[in-house]
Amino acid sequence: MTAQRKVWGDTLLELTREDDRVVVLDADLATSTMAVTVAEGNPEAFIQVGIAEQNLVGMAFGLSTMGYRPWLSTFGVFLTHRALDQIRMLVSQTGAPVRIAAAYAGLLNGSSGKTHQDIEDLAIMRAMPGMTVLAPADEHEARAITRWAAEHDGPVYIRYARDAVAPVFDADYVFHPGAVHRLRDGGGDVTLVSTGVQSSRVVEAAELLAARGVDARVVHVPSLKPVDGDALLAAISGVGTVVTVEDHSVINGLGGLVAELIAERGDPDAPRLHRVGLADGWSESAPNAFLLDRYGLSAERVAEQVLEALGHSPSPSATVTVTAPGGTVG
Amino acid sequence: MNLTPPQRPSTDELRLLADTGRWNVISTVAASKAGHIGGPLSAMDLLVALYFGQLRIDPAQPRHPERDRFILSKGHNAIALYTVLAQRGYFPESELASFDHGDSRLQGHPDMKLTPGVDASTGSLGQGLSAGAGMALGAKRRGLDAHTWVMLGDGELGEGMVWETVLSAPRFGLDNLTAIVDVNGLQQYGWPAGESDRFDRSEPLGHVDLGAVFTGFGWTVHDIDGHDFTAIFDAFDAAEAARNHAGRPSVILARTAKGRGVSFTEGTYTWHNGVATEEQLRTAKAELLEKGEVR
Repeated sequence: MTAQRKVWGDTLLELTREDDRVVVLDADLATSTMAVTVAEGNPEAFIQVGIAEQNLVGMAFGLSTMGYRPWLSTFGVFLTHRALDQIRMLVSQTGAPVRIAAAYAGLLNGSSGKTHQDIEDLAIMRAMPGMTVLAPADEHEARAITRWAAEHDGPVYIRYARDAVAPVFDADYVFHPGAVHRLRDGGGDVTLVSTGVQSSRVVEAAELLAARGVDARVVHVPSLKPVDGDALLAAISGVGTVVTVEDHSVINGLGGLVAELIAERGDPDAPRLHRVGLADGWSESAPNAFLLDRYGLSAERVAEQVLEALGHSPSPSATVTVTAPGGTVG
Repeated sequence: MNLTPPQRPSTDELRLLADTGRWNVISTVAASKAGHIGGPLSAMDLLVALYFGQLRIDPAQPRHPERDRFILSKGHNAIALYTVLAQRGYFPESELASFDHGDSRLQGHPDMKLTPGVDASTGSLGQGLSAGAGMALGAKRRGLDAHTWVMLGDGELGEGMVWETVLSAPRFGLDNLTAIVDVNGLQQYGWPAGESDRFDRSEPLGHVDLGAVFTGFGWTVHDIDGHDFTAIFDAFDAAEAARNHAGRPSVILARTAKGRGVSFTEGTYTWHNGVATEEQLRTAKAELLEKGEVR
């Protein structure tokens, strides 16, 4: 297993060697984001801007007008929040080919706590006109998405996870914007829809459910925008219950996207939707295992919430006693 | 083709261009029934000097890769930029009438995707200098001799992002970057001055030694009268002479009067924006176009 941030640094180094228009601008977190790989491997392509995220975005925009294809290196939370206005006016409104590499995305960021946990980025970036919003599942998809984004002629926002997860794709995976992927077939009982590295844990949850006699399909959505709505609806059709699971607020992220699609279709036989993710509250600093359990995103906790959604009585073997502020919001 | 500096017009010619520009501002805003006056008028002499006497540009090739760049960071003064771009030949002056209307290339704030000659979209204050630093860095990396000019307002210096760029630009050795601060001493509302308030407002940066601040951050400072064309060009020449030599960016602190050139707008914060009445338009026209020298 390889962490997405390492894949990003390695792939970016390759890209800078292939194309001298590719540069990375860092806001002093290169050793965390792994832009340090470029700094050491191809110093010409590495631009240190300092601890100044707004200037990071502004200078990247300026460089883009001079023919460069800049990538941003810092924690995602500082891009989607502190530099939001700069992304809005200088990147989104101009369509500049700036690649917003959101490092340490989502809940799991090395025990930094709620200040650094970006659980609103998908909602914010999804609403940004013209922004491509991507969340790769594993190392292979992270590599493919990085390479795709390098070629894309417009702004791209990409979530990169700090820590490695069990891969769900093969090394020869090819990314197509908008496509959705069935990671697990079947699904007589429930369809689980996920995005980013959470999809890996959802595959694991489906196996736990199978052991309890529940047949779950798993659909991975790497491309929050654009998204092939028809393909996503087709992927979740024919099953009475859909559970979205995301390393993000349940408001306006993946769950919001699926809710919009179902509601717009107006199908009276539409599946019942349950959204699993961070409820309307903040998290805390703790090791990954604690956070995944507390906020309902571990394979075990996802499986439990699916069983609840399906109306199964709690398993006597379930030992989780924490009352989570995260979890299904009906 | 190589771009060359323009032949500088005479001071009288520049004054005529600037006063015509001021009339275009006040009359266009009156026609569109919304827009800014005070800042466009304080900046007009600087803009005319830049576009008619300094920038290496070609209106027939607005995207010429070797051109000098100009960013109006105080984007709410767009109408001032539009009138000078029109006078310079980027689009017909008659198009000014479409300002702020639907389907117009002349948006309320500059849009690089729509208006020929606009090098960066601005409007949210504080971002232009950073964009300019990126352009100047890109020019250096590309080996282009282009110079990047960015105009900010003094009130705009309240935006924190400005200082992120002021701090970092010298580190990149951006001697091909020049900031022009239109120090007109007023902003939209500002700080009421109590009993001494003359219905105007105290200077937003009255307590700040701007020259010392920029010098302290590693910039070369030129402190000038922003309505004196000789002083303006002396500062422009010094900033240009620094390119590829000084290793540090330049800032021109241009002391100006808000609402400059029209009796009822000059020196007051109340004309930050506004729509002139018919009578005021007659007054402005007489002062700008029909009396010759008004100063």
